[in-house]
Order: sequence, then structure tokens, then C-alpha cells
Amino acid sequence: MFVISQTDKRPMYLQIMEQMKQRIAVGDWAAGQAIPSIRQLAVDIGVSVITVKRAYLELEREGVIVTRQGKGCFVALDSNVGARIREQELAQHLEQAVRSAAMMGLSPKNLERRIRAIYERVADAEKEPV
Amino acid sequence: MNDYAIELSGVCKSYRFFDLQNIALRLNCGTIMGLIGPNGAGKSTTIRILMGLVYPDRGEVRVLGHCIPDAQVAAKWDIGFASDDMRLYDSMTLGWHINFLKSIYSSWDDAYAHLLLKRFGLNSEQKIKGLSHGQRVKAALLLVFARRPKLLMLDEPTTGLDPVARHEILRELTSVMAEEGRSVLFSSQNTQDIEQISDQITFIDRGRIIDSVDKELYLDRWRRLRLEVPDGVQLPTLPGVIGIRQTGRLAVAIANAFEPHLPNAYENSGARVHAVENMTLEEIFVANVEHSREEVKA
Repeated sequence: MFVISQTDKRPMYLQIMEQMKQRIAVGDWAAGQAIPSIRQLAVDIGVSVITVKRAYLELEREGVIVTRQGKGCFVALDSNVGARIREQELAQHLEQAVRSAAMMGLSPKNLERRIRAIYERVADAEKEPV
Repeated sequence: MNDYAIELSGVCKSYRFFDLQNIALRLNCGTIMGLIGPNGAGKSTTIRILMGLVYPDRGEVRVLGHCIPDAQVAAKWDIGFASDDMRLYDSMTLGWHINFLKSIYSSWDDAYAHLLLKRFGLNSEQKIKGLSHGQRVKAALLLVFARRPKLLMLDEPTTGLDPVARHEILRELTSVMAEEGRSVLFSSQNTQDIEQISDQITFIDRGRIIDSVDKELYLDRWRRLRLEVPDGVQLPTLPGVIGIRQTGRLAVAIANAFEPHLPNAYENSGARVHAVENMTLEEIFVANVEHSREEVKA
């Protein structure tokens, strides 16, 4: 089920891309599996064809999906596509954190220390028997 | 084979207090175009010209390959038109209207008509005079949709509908795209509707077309930049930026031809770029109309 949120500030094509990646990451769409055509997904979600087309083009560029002439669209055969998507997400979060830190004038050392602190807190929380 | 469902060129129409000026427009077959503009901008007049209901003073109009107004009878077999000044027969039931249209149009899809009756929550035995405004709108659209016309021309189809009905209508409009070669032109005051389902957006203001472009390209061209302007720094005038508002050290710049180097250009002038934001069609709409009016004044 795809949901386009009106409170999400990102453009619709980005929201669609993310939800497609999520489907792949959780294994609903397996590597090499056929996915709906652009037109079909547009009708299913209720958004314009051109928006879904853009999401597909970007995902193709990222190597997440492939289009085979006359056969349709498929999840990339690369068996690690789920892991790769999570890796991309992590990279984005880290970049965001670094940008925020830079804007606050935080040194790399300082940022590192704070990440380590979060790590320890999360690890502790997981150890604790509830 | 004609690639355009609609082609307008050099279309002019003068009224005493309003001019439609040099309208040029193309709608590709198989796509949805949203027509947007302030009240009195010329959206309905444009649609009425396309339907042969208003004759232009000048210019060429082709719809589904037919010259309008001369060949409008031939064109209308394949056009589904609805506007809010259209009336159904008050003393007749919706079912009577359904049977009436079924007897005229061979393309009528009875199964689809019944599906829509259910989806729209309408009762075919009810007389039109007993229907609310929203129910009448839905009834009129049902009668148009069930013909499965090649081209749907809808003047403000979602105005006055509750949110559920609005979503039903939008869903039916996008489902039209499941069949190759069918096209939709619709006008709306609801920018969210236009943003969601249009492949192409056409902006009209004061009888002129300001923009008629691919929606994704269009949304991508506009950005809002949030800037911090330290004392003594003067923000430069940059191409592609149509307006800057500054209060104290904070400024907001609106770009209608955004380029990736634009933030750098501001940084080089000594300002700091805090954020580069996408804009919704609603925000673009307001900025665009304000900007075009300033240009007219200048």
C-alpha cells in the first residue's frame, strides 16, 4: 500500500521512491521480481503517470530497478539490493548529522564523541532485561 | 494519427471587460492536464472554446483531430464534458438519465455505471431535484465517466464535494490512464488535486497562459531558499530568482528557474544558506500570480 502524505515536505516522486525501496528492503519485492508498470502503479496510487515515471527513472539510475524493453520493470538482480538501500539510508542520515554539526560549529571529534555516547546508550538499552 | 488530444494556437477572444490573448496549448494523448488560475483568469472560457460553446475571434482549435467549432458534432461523440452550470432534468431520476445516455452512446459501459453508482453512494431511483449539490455533481460525472470517452473535459469537477467524494473523483480520473490513449483536461481551484494527478500543468492569469509545462519539471524549477544575511552583506540580484523578502538578518528567496549553483552564488556573496526547500503547487501558484502581476504593472 503506497501512501502519499501531504504533510511530508518532499516531492511525491521521492515519497514513491522511498516506499518502493522499503518494499524491496523488507523483502516484499525480491531481487529480480517483476514490479508493476509505471502506468499501473500510477493508477494504483492515484497519482500522475509522469510522477511515477520520474520515480522509476531515478531508481533505475540508482541501480535499484531495471527496465527491459518490451518485458517490463524488475527489481535489480543484485541480491544485495536490500542491504544497499539500507546502506544508502545510513549514508544520508550521517551526512545530515554532519551538516547539522557543521552548522553548529561542532568539531569532528566532538561529533564522534556524541555518536559513541548514543551507541553506548542504545547498547545499554538492549542489554537491559525488560 | 494525431498525437495531440487538444491543440490551440493563436486563440483570441475579446469581451467588454476581459480578453483571452493568444492562447496556445497542446495536450498529448494519454495524459492529464490540470488547468489552474485565479478566478476570472479565463479557464472556463478556454474550455468553452474547446467545446465549441464559445467561438474564438481568431486562432485555430483542434480537438481529437477535429476542427472546432466546425466539426464539433463529430468531436463530441468522443468527448465527455462536465461543468457546474450543466443541468440534468430535475423531475427525472438518475436511472432515467442513465438509460437515456445508454440509448445514445454505443460506448456506454453499464457495469461501470453501476460500479460508480455504488462508489459515489448514489441511488438510481432518486429524482434529480432531491439531490444535494454534491450528489448532482457526482451524478453528472457518473454520466460522463460511464461513456468512457477518449477525452474528458471537466470544468472544476471537484468543487463543492466532500473530501471522500473528491478522492473518488480523482481516483476515477487517474484510472482513466489505465487505458492507452485516453486524455483528461480539468480545471480546479484545488492546487493539491492538480499537483497530485496532472502530467502537465497549465497556468492562466488575466487571459494569458503564463506556463504550460511538464509537472515534474515545473515543480523542480521552483525552490525557496532560506538565507541568513550578516550585517553589511547585500544580497545580489541573481538570474532565476523572482523575489526576495528580508526582515532583519533573515531572508527568503524564491527561485522559478532554480539551478544547483544558486546556493553557492548566495554563499559567495557572504550570505549563509540555511535551507533549500521544495515548494508545493499552492505556494508556487501564489508566488507566480504575484510575480506576473508585478511584471504587468512594471
